[in-house]
Amino acid sequence: MNPFTYERASDAPAAIGLAKGSAAARYLGGGTNLVDLMRETVERPEMLVDVTGLPGGIEPRADGGLRIGAAATNTALAADAHVRTHYPLLARAILAGASAQIRNMATVGGNILQRTRCRYFYDTAAACNKRQPGAGCDARDGFNRYHAILGASPACVATHPSDMCVALAALDATVHLDGPAGPRSIALADLHRLPGDRPDVETELKPGELITAVELPPLSFARRSTYRKVRDRASYAFALVSVAAALDLADDGTVREVRLALGGVAHKPWRASAAEAALKGRPASPESFRAAAEAELAAATGLRDNAFKIELAKRTIVAVLSDLTGDDA
Amino acid sequence: MSAQSDAAASRPGRWQPAVTQDPMLRKHGAQGHGALGQPVSRIDGPLKVQGKARFAAEFPYEGLCYAALAFSTIARGRITALDTTAAEAAPGVVLVMTHRNAPRMKAPSLMMSSPTAAGASDLPVMQNDEIHWNGQPIAVVLAETQEQADHAASLVTADYAVLPATTSFEEAKKTPRQLDNILGQPPVVEIGDAEAALKGAAVQVDQIYRTPRHNHNAIELHAATVAWTGDELRVHDASQLLDLTAGQLADIFGLEADKVRVSSPYVGGGFGGKCLWDHQILACAAARLAGRPVRIMLSREGVFRIVGGRTLTEQRVALGANAEGRLDALIHTGIVAMTTHNSCPEQFTFPARHLYAARTIRLAQEVADMDMLANTFMRAPGESVGTFALECAIDELAEKLGLDPIELRRRIEPDKDPTSGKPFSARHLIDAYDKGAERFGWNRRSATPRRRRDGEWLIGMGCATATYPYHRFPGGAARIRLKADGRVTVSTAVHDMGMGTATAQAQHIAARLGVPLDHVTFEYGDTTLPRGVIAGGSTQTASIGGAVIAATETFVEELLKLAGNDSPLAGLSLAEVETRDGGIGHRDDAARFESYESILRRSGRGELVCEAEAPPPAEMEAFSMHSYGAQFCEVRVSEITGEVRVSRFFGSFDAGRILNAKTATSQFKGGIIMGIGLALTEETNFDPRSGRIVNASLAEYHVPVQMDVPAIEILYTDIPDPQAPMGARGIGEIGITGVGAAVANAVYNATGKRIRDLPITLDKLM
Repeated sequence: MNPFTYERASDAPAAIGLAKGSAAARYLGGGTNLVDLMRETVERPEMLVDVTGLPGGIEPRADGGLRIGAAATNTALAADAHVRTHYPLLARAILAGASAQIRNMATVGGNILQRTRCRYFYDTAAACNKRQPGAGCDARDGFNRYHAILGASPACVATHPSDMCVALAALDATVHLDGPAGPRSIALADLHRLPGDRPDVETELKPGELITAVELPPLSFARRSTYRKVRDRASYAFALVSVAAALDLADDGTVREVRLALGGVAHKPWRASAAEAALKGRPASPESFRAAAEAELAAATGLRDNAFKIELAKRTIVAVLSDLTGDDA
Repeated sequence: MSAQSDAAASRPGRWQPAVTQDPMLRKHGAQGHGALGQPVSRIDGPLKVQGKARFAAEFPYEGLCYAALAFSTIARGRITALDTTAAEAAPGVVLVMTHRNAPRMKAPSLMMSSPTAAGASDLPVMQNDEIHWNGQPIAVVLAETQEQADHAASLVTADYAVLPATTSFEEAKKTPRQLDNILGQPPVVEIGDAEAALKGAAVQVDQIYRTPRHNHNAIELHAATVAWTGDELRVHDASQLLDLTAGQLADIFGLEADKVRVSSPYVGGGFGGKCLWDHQILACAAARLAGRPVRIMLSREGVFRIVGGRTLTEQRVALGANAEGRLDALIHTGIVAMTTHNSCPEQFTFPARHLYAARTIRLAQEVADMDMLANTFMRAPGESVGTFALECAIDELAEKLGLDPIELRRRIEPDKDPTSGKPFSARHLIDAYDKGAERFGWNRRSATPRRRRDGEWLIGMGCATATYPYHRFPGGAARIRLKADGRVTVSTAVHDMGMGTATAQAQHIAARLGVPLDHVTFEYGDTTLPRGVIAGGSTQTASIGGAVIAATETFVEELLKLAGNDSPLAGLSLAEVETRDGGIGHRDDAARFESYESILRRSGRGELVCEAEAPPPAEMEAFSMHSYGAQFCEVRVSEITGEVRVSRFFGSFDAGRILNAKTATSQFKGGIIMGIGLALTEETNFDPRSGRIVNASLAEYHVPVQMDVPAIEILYTDIPDPQAPMGARGIGEIGITGVGAAVANAVYNATGKRIRDLPITLDKLM
């Protein structure tokens, strides 16, 4: 770990002001990913601005939606009664991630900005375009079981590891930012970028910008929503594939509305728009679900170790939607 | 007649291994005595939960500095430039040691090559510019704090002249090498023409099984605190081979053996990994260079880089049987990856040498040399992965024969060791199967796969044989110190890495000397004590037993002398007496007794101290001695995702007498949990392009977590082995054996898919 200075901010303007003073400043949430990366010397900030003292309240909106302060811990969000009732897929996604100890530390803002777990990114002896633009990618022909099957590029095949973000993508979350040029908002689905030829640029955040809050619109069919994570052990492992879904059925058994997002498959939380489009107005049947999954994964490509994830994603989509269709959903 | 038996015969009443039994067995029979066998809680438990048990990285020293390592990033070559200037200029740095300024040291000698050899590798440590594996230490930084040392180590840069390296097993195995011996055993065993018998057999199974590399991940990171005083070296280590470490360090640094003191009272898990690796040697060298005490604690990545693990195996098992299930042919051959600098061949053919009767047998294993870190022992080296292949093949054969797999094992149960021809000292495998099957509910298993389900989850059952050899290492000694108040302290430089040695041995000593448990102190974990054996190969319990038996004989003889003619014991010899009720009594005459306290008081002694060395392990030469077990597993497999969950596990063991029901059960369970990891999750990702371990982290190297482990039930026969001290065979390793096969066989029963390539990840079942 390189030496750095540490500052603690009391509010967003103070945090932004502090960070402006150093070109290599980073905002510090729970530190559950940033500090690991500093220990590996992958991240080398000169200054850390601790933003855990910023608002972390979880407040229902008048329209039934929810506003979540960026400093809310993952544990607090998963345990929040409003979240458990009105956004069960979000609570389940968070609880599927990390460990209780890590969730106690990790913040919502930090979770969104966590970086890939590609081991070649972590190992400074390996070639990684994300860590060192132009260096090459050892993952493409290396161990890539956890890597992307959708939206990858020759430069980078890494995945975004968050579970929470997959639920947020399905929920049409909005991310509120503040920064040197003032506050603005962006859809969560647009916040993370695909790697293209610049995998080192992971989000649409501008220099010095800070996540201050996340907002969720109401979800009227929350009862039929869930999150399923498929992984290599029963707990404390990153997703091979995960599915966040919410399903609204018409009286005639057709799909009125559906939200579907995938984790573990791409450089960003993957909103499954093609599948959603294929499902709307169709009967809520395994055949429709399979056809929608096929549509979503049509562009998927496998690498040495992860080609199975294409079929795994399809099956998991069908299983989750089938579960949501049942009377006990 | 050997010198040993001459001596024994001249002293009637002495234990003569292979000739007489441990007198405790005569005295106490199978029922145990006093505290022996009881579920006594760990003696060191309160200290540990209060944080008062001091581990290797917790010893304070005046002027202590902290070490961090920089590792090579190539697999083979030479260092052409090593820039340490930035590291040396970094805050708090005391010095940077490289091959250029390291003290001159002899290379370690390979373990088992001499009585003081402890090297996992015989490569010199930081003595030249040669790189032999990806991750080899190239510099040691000492600094005033750990953080400063870590930072400075990250500033060390190196350039290399890269040499061609063999880092692909697929390439390496094209030029296999035959070892002279496999841990002292012949590398090839042939009885009859097994290949011909296989061809002619009515029913055949012939398959290849693969197991991956595994790395050590004990909860305590490898650590040492070292300090020089002149030419005396003090090492606080996390060790399972104290005396070997002291002897090897003395050899490396050119010191008299008694100048090195190593202690290791508490160790946070050993499993074969807590031996002598580069970090202790480098810490001692850097401490000498700096003239200051040094603490080194490896990072988790550091453990992957410089502490070897279990090597990969590729095994062929071929079984030929007649229609009744008798084996015409048993073939178990294959190859493992190794280096030319170590001696750890992962002896996967060992189970097949002893388990089953077969008309013809062919067992052979070869090695493929690679440029990599020396591999080493990991819980049941050989047997853990060997039983995976063999016991899966047995399951496959049973299915082809239309036999229940337990019934097949009943039919091929041998009446003597199938390869050595020696009699078994004790073998109750079928008993373990029968009892385990009943308790597990084996009769509910459908012989046909895919017959049970719960929604998307297919449910299956499997079983497999567990086996691990009995060994007793020679050379261990024990000292008994009796105080005037009747309290005893028994001392020997042995180890407790969490398995409960101190507790079980206190129980053993209380029973052997006939004193209450709270009168016993067991001293261990320090080379200033009488020479101990290593804690490895499930040998330590029996080895300590042999030494304590010998010390007890001397102790009783001394007490009989001290008792003299004014004692009820007057005129009695060792052969006529026994220890009981805090003293010595005539074996058959309850009235002839005198307490230890009385003997000491009358003789005017404040204490009595006796020390003796264990007799050589002649029982191992005369008998085939092994522990056995029957592992039962129930799994649930998602038909959608291929996820496997072990839903029930039952281990039924035949490991001789159990000394402590609680710590033994924990040992068995711990082995089974490690076996679940072997079966389902653990795999080191060794990148064949670079020879570098890619998943050097607990986040990506998957040991089982709590949710992967179901309730595990343990049963044991508790039948004493008549040839073993206390009747006890070691139990540290047998728990992991057979687990991989039990899980794989259960997965087959659930899904109809045979997975012969560990770990059984979900993609293999989709």
